[in-house]
Amino acid sequence: MTSLKTFLGAGSALAFTATLAHADPALMFDLGGKFDKSFNEAAYNGAERWKAETGGGYREIEMQAAAQRVQFARRLAEAGSNPVVVMGFQNAPTLEEVAPDYPDTSFVLIDAVVDLPNVRSVIFAEHEGSYLVGMLAAMANETGTVSFVGGMEIPLITAFACGFAQGAKAVNADINVIVNYTGDTPAAWNDPVRGGEIARAQISQGSDVVFAAAGGTGLGVLQAAADAGVYSIGVDSNQNYLHPGSVLTSMLKLVDQAVYDAFTDGPGLETGVVLMDLAAGGVGYALDEHNADLISAEMQEAVEAARAAIIAGELSVHDYRTDSVCPAF
Amino acid sequence: MITARIVFARPSDPRMSLTHPPQMRQETAASDIPAIELRGICKAFGPVQANKDISIRVRRGTIHGIVGENGAGKSTLMSILYGFYRADAGEILINGRPTEIPDSLSAIRAGIGMVFQHFKLVENFTVLENVILGAEGSALLRPSLAKARGLLKDLAREFELNVDPDALIENLSVGHQQRVEILKALYREADILILDEPTGVLTPSEADHLFRILRGLKEQGKTIILITHKLREIMDVTDDVSVMRRGEMVATRATAQTSPTELAELMVGRKVLLRVEKTPATPGEEVLRVQSLRLVDGQGVERLRGLDFTIRAGEILGIAGVAGNGQSELLEVLAGLRPATGQAWLRGAVLPLSGPGADAQTRRATAVAHVPEDRHRRGLVLNFHAWENTALGYHNDPAYNPTPWKMDNDAIIRDTSAKMAAFDVRPPDPQLKASGFSGGNQQKIVLAREIEHAPDLLLVGQPTRGVDIGAIEFIHQRLIRLRDAGAAILLVSVELDEIMALSDRIVVMFDGRIMGERLPEKTNAQELGLLMAGMA
Amino acid sequence: MSGNGRIPNWADVTLVPLVSVLLAFILSGILIWAIGESPWAAVKLMVEGAFGSSYGWGYTLYYATNFMFTGLAVAVAFQARLFNIGGEGQALLGGLGVALVCLYIPWPHWSLALLAACAGAAGFGALWALIPGYLQARRGSHIVITTIMFNFIAASLLGYVLVNVLRPQGSQDPSSPRFPAEVALPKLHEMLALVGIPFSRVPPVNISLLIAVGMCFAVWFLLWRTRLGYQIRAFGESEPAAEYAGISPARITIYVMLISGALAGLMAVNSVMGEQQRLVLNAVEGAGFIGIAVALMGRNHPFGVFLAAILFGFLYQGGAELALWTSIPRELIVVIQALVILFTGALDNMVRIPIARLFALRGAR
Repeated sequence: MTSLKTFLGAGSALAFTATLAHADPALMFDLGGKFDKSFNEAAYNGAERWKAETGGGYREIEMQAAAQRVQFARRLAEAGSNPVVVMGFQNAPTLEEVAPDYPDTSFVLIDAVVDLPNVRSVIFAEHEGSYLVGMLAAMANETGTVSFVGGMEIPLITAFACGFAQGAKAVNADINVIVNYTGDTPAAWNDPVRGGEIARAQISQGSDVVFAAAGGTGLGVLQAAADAGVYSIGVDSNQNYLHPGSVLTSMLKLVDQAVYDAFTDGPGLETGVVLMDLAAGGVGYALDEHNADLISAEMQEAVEAARAAIIAGELSVHDYRTDSVCPAF
Repeated sequence: MITARIVFARPSDPRMSLTHPPQMRQETAASDIPAIELRGICKAFGPVQANKDISIRVRRGTIHGIVGENGAGKSTLMSILYGFYRADAGEILINGRPTEIPDSLSAIRAGIGMVFQHFKLVENFTVLENVILGAEGSALLRPSLAKARGLLKDLAREFELNVDPDALIENLSVGHQQRVEILKALYREADILILDEPTGVLTPSEADHLFRILRGLKEQGKTIILITHKLREIMDVTDDVSVMRRGEMVATRATAQTSPTELAELMVGRKVLLRVEKTPATPGEEVLRVQSLRLVDGQGVERLRGLDFTIRAGEILGIAGVAGNGQSELLEVLAGLRPATGQAWLRGAVLPLSGPGADAQTRRATAVAHVPEDRHRRGLVLNFHAWENTALGYHNDPAYNPTPWKMDNDAIIRDTSAKMAAFDVRPPDPQLKASGFSGGNQQKIVLAREIEHAPDLLLVGQPTRGVDIGAIEFIHQRLIRLRDAGAAILLVSVELDEIMALSDRIVVMFDGRIMGERLPEKTNAQELGLLMAGMA
Repeated sequence: MSGNGRIPNWADVTLVPLVSVLLAFILSGILIWAIGESPWAAVKLMVEGAFGSSYGWGYTLYYATNFMFTGLAVAVAFQARLFNIGGEGQALLGGLGVALVCLYIPWPHWSLALLAACAGAAGFGALWALIPGYLQARRGSHIVITTIMFNFIAASLLGYVLVNVLRPQGSQDPSSPRFPAEVALPKLHEMLALVGIPFSRVPPVNISLLIAVGMCFAVWFLLWRTRLGYQIRAFGESEPAAEYAGISPARITIYVMLISGALAGLMAVNSVMGEQQRLVLNAVEGAGFIGIAVALMGRNHPFGVFLAAILFGFLYQGGAELALWTSIPRELIVVIQALVILFTGALDNMVRIPIARLFALRGAR
C-alpha cells in the first residue's frame, strides 16, 4: 500500500491538495453532468445547500469517460476528501474496486448497493413514489389513457414506469398506460426535442397525463403537455413551477437530501444500506401553490391513504427490479 | 542570357492599317504602346524555375500566339498575368502603365479576361446567369439581367457569338460553352482576352467558328493572347507568335515571317520529323474479329450500333471520327471496362463481351493491352509514384509478387527504371509522382507499361493528346515498332493527321456506326472528313 | 498545377500539425484566461498530469490505445476514400464479441482468451461494417449515411442485449456480469515489472497497447507492402484508374470495410476486456468519433495515427486532471479538445498554406 501511494502521489496532485483543507467532502457526478436538471443537479443542489448552511467547502468533479470513474474516485480519496459521494448506479463497480484501497475514507453511493464496510449505499423506492403519482394521474384523467416517457429502457427507469402503472390501475383498472423510451444512447437523457415529440405522439393517442422520467429530456415532455393543454408529471426535483396549471405534480426523489445528509454526517459516517422510501421521506409527490388547484381534496385524501398503507406495510408496490416483471403491464 | 530579345513588327507594318480601322480606335495616338508588356518575369516553384526572365510585348489589337511544349511555362506565365500567382521578379505593364496584379479581381479591373481550358461555368445556371455571375452590379438581379441580355444580343450580331441566353449550360455543346466564357469576359469589359488551349475540346468546324470570332474581336481593337501547341492554328490566326521552351521565351516572330518547321524546331530545340517514317505493313493472321457489336448506355441510348471489323497481326487499324461517335465506348468494351452485346474472337477463341471473363484483368491476362484515352483519369493514378503506376493493372504479375502476401516493391522500382530508360522518360525517377511529369512523359509511362508487356493486341486511344511534339514523334515510332514486332494495334484518335500517318487501314465511325473503310494512301482528308460528318 | 508549391514531407507530417496544435493551445489559453484561471498553470497541469508521472502516462496511453484502433479504422477506410464514421457502432459490436467470448467460454489462461477476444471483437466489428460496405458496393447507398445509422442500431441492439440477455437477474444496472478473473489482461505495470521498470499499477493501460501498436505497423504493411493495399490505395486515389486496372470497386469496398470494422471492433479488447471487465451501455463513449479526428490529424497514415492518438490521449488525461484540480468547467475542457480538432482537421489549410509560402520563399532564394 505504501508503494502504491508513492506512485499515486504524482506532483500535480500534491501541489493542488495542499491548498485544500483536509477532510472536506467531495461529490462525483455521473456522466450526465452537473446541470442535467435532474439527478445530478439535485445532488449539486444538496451540496450547495450544505455549503450555504455550514459555510464549508467541497470538491466536485464531472467526468467525460467511463474510464475516469475509477480514476476520479481514487484521486478524490487520494486528495483526502472525506466523505466521497459518488452518483449513479453505474458507479457500483467503481466503488467495489476503489473503496477497499482506502479503508479510512467513507464513500457514499447513490442509487445502488455496494456491500463494503466503508460504503454507505443510498437507494430510493422510486416505485413507491411513482405509484402515488400514478394514482393522481388516473384520478385527473378523463380520456382513459395516461402515458409515461422514460429516458432509456433500463431497469431503473422501468421501475418508475411499473410503479406509475400500478398506481394508475389501482384507481382505474381499465386505464390504458402508454410507455415509451427516448433512446439508447446517453443523448436520451438530454434530448428535450425528442421528448416533446414522444409526448405529442402519446397525447395524440389520447393521453391526457404524461409522466416523464428522462432527465433533461423531460423538460420537452412538460413543455409539450403544457402546449397541448394536458397534464404532465415532473420527476426527481419539484418541477411544478415550470408550467403551473399543467404540471399535475412531481415525483420527488430526494437525492439532494441524501447528499446533504452525507455531507452533514461527515467523515466516519454510518455506513450500510440507506433505503430512501416513503417511510423515510426519500420519495413522494409534490404539492405546492403551483398545483394546489389541480389536486382536489378527494384526490389528496386517496393518495394520503395509499401512502399510509404503503408505510404501514398494508399495501405493497411491486418493484420491477426484483424480478424484471411488472404486474401492471 | 539565352532569352532572345523580341523581334518586333514596327507600327509602320503595313498590316496595321488593316487590323486597326482608325474609326474603331479611341486612342489611336497611343497605339504603339503595347497592350501588355512583361519585363523580366521570374517564377519558381521550389527548385523548379517555371518562368525565367520572361519579357514580351503584345501589340494592341493583334492576336498573339504563345506556343511551347507542355511544361514550357505558358500556363504559369498566363496565371501570373491573371493574378493566380505572383511573380518572384519582373514587372507587368498594361497599356504602358506598371500594374500590380495580386489577384484575378485586379486582372479583371485591368481589362484582362481569361478563357480557361477547363471552363468555369455553373452547369445548372442559364447562359445569362453565368454571364452576370460575380458582376451582378446591384443587389437586384433584374436590371443586370436585362443589361446582359441587351449586350448579348449586340455581341451575337457583331461577332457570331450567338448563344441562347436562356439555355442551361449543361445543355450546351462544348463550343457554345466556350462562347459563354468569352461573353463573360466581354461583359466584364475585357480589352485583353487570354485563351488557354481553346481548341483542345472543339470539333474542327467549331474551331473555325472560334477563329472567326477572334478575328472579329481583333477588328474591334481587342487584344488576344492565344496559348496553344497546335502550329496550324498559330499559322492560321495569329499576327505574332512567341515560343517558350523550358521556362524561357526563346523567340518572337511575326507569323507571316515564320514557318511551322521553324516553330517546331524552336519549341523542341532540335529538328523534328512531322511525318512518320514507316515501311508498309506485313499483316499476319487475324488477331481480333468483332461482329455486330452493340452497346446501349445507362440512358438507353445506343452508342454502338452493330460494328464488324477485324485486325490482323502486324497492322494498325485506325479509327477516325469526331469525338463522341462511339470510339471511346468501343475501346472500353474491348478493354473489358463495360459490357456489350455481339460476338468477338481473340486469336480464334471467343472473347466474352459481358459476364465472367469480360473484365479488365482477364483481358490483360490474354495479352490485350490498353492505353486509355484519358491518362489522367484512367491511365494513371496521378498521386501515385511512377513505380506504382507501372504496376497499375499488372499488380497481379508474378514478377511483382514473389510471395502471395507481400508485393516486391523493389522489383517494381527496378522494372520501372528499366522501362523509363527504354522510353526515355524524363526525369527517370521512379519515385516521382505521376502528376510531377509533363504530359508527354506521363504518356510514355503508360505506353512503356502497356507495350513492354508485349501484347498481341494493343488498344490505343488518343496517344498524343496533350503531348508535346518531341514526345509525339517518339510515341509514333514506338507504335510502329510494336506493329513491326507483330502486334495488332487498334488506334483511336480525333487527330486526322495522326490517323493518316500511322494507320495501315482506316475505319471511319459516325454515330456508333462504321461509315466506311479506306486505305491511307488511297484517300485524303476531304474524303475522310465527309465520312466523319456522316456523309457517305 | 495546384499553386502554392510543395512542403517537404517531414514538414507536412510534423510542422503543420505542431503549429496547428500550438495555435489551438494559444486560443485555449485565452479562453482559460478569460474565465479567470491561469493558462500557464492549466497547461502545466495538463502536461504534468498526462506525462509527469507513470500514473499520468498510464492513462494517456490507455486512451491512446482506444484512439489508435478507431483512428486506424477511419484511416484504412479513407485510403479507399470511404468515410467510415461508424467506428462507434462497430466498436460497440466488438464489445459484444469480447463479452460473449469472455462470458460463455471458460478460459484457462488470459492469453488464449485474448486471442479469442480479438477474434470476437474483430469479427463482430467487421460484420457490423460489412452491411454498410455491401450496401455501398452493390446498392450505392452512401456509406456515410449507412454507417451513421448503424451507430444508432448498434446502440439499440446493445441496449436490448444488455437489458434482456446479458444482465444478471436482479441487477438494475444494464451491463453484463463481470468477466471471470482468468480473462483479466496483464496491465502495463505487470509487464514492465518483468523487466524491472516500476510503473503505476492504477491506470488501466494493458497489453492491448502492444496490439494497437502492432496494428499500426500491420496497417502500414498492408497498405504499402501488399497487393490488397495497393489496390485499396489505387481505388481510393482514382476509381476510374482502378477500374481500368481491373480492380473491382465493389470487392475493394467490401474488403476495406471489413478491415476497418475489425480495427474499430478491436478497440473493445482494450476498453471492455482491459478496463471495464464487463460490457456496459455506451462502452465506446465517443472514441469511434474521436477516431475520425485522429485519422484526419494523422493524415490517414498509420504512423500519423499513432502520434495523433497519443496527442488525444494527452488531451483526455490532461483534461481529466484539469477537471480534477481546477474549477475550469468540463464544457471548457471539451472546447479545448474541440479547438485542437478544429485546428488540426478543419483549419488545416490555414496553417499549411502560409507554411508552404514560407518554404516557397526559402526555396526561391
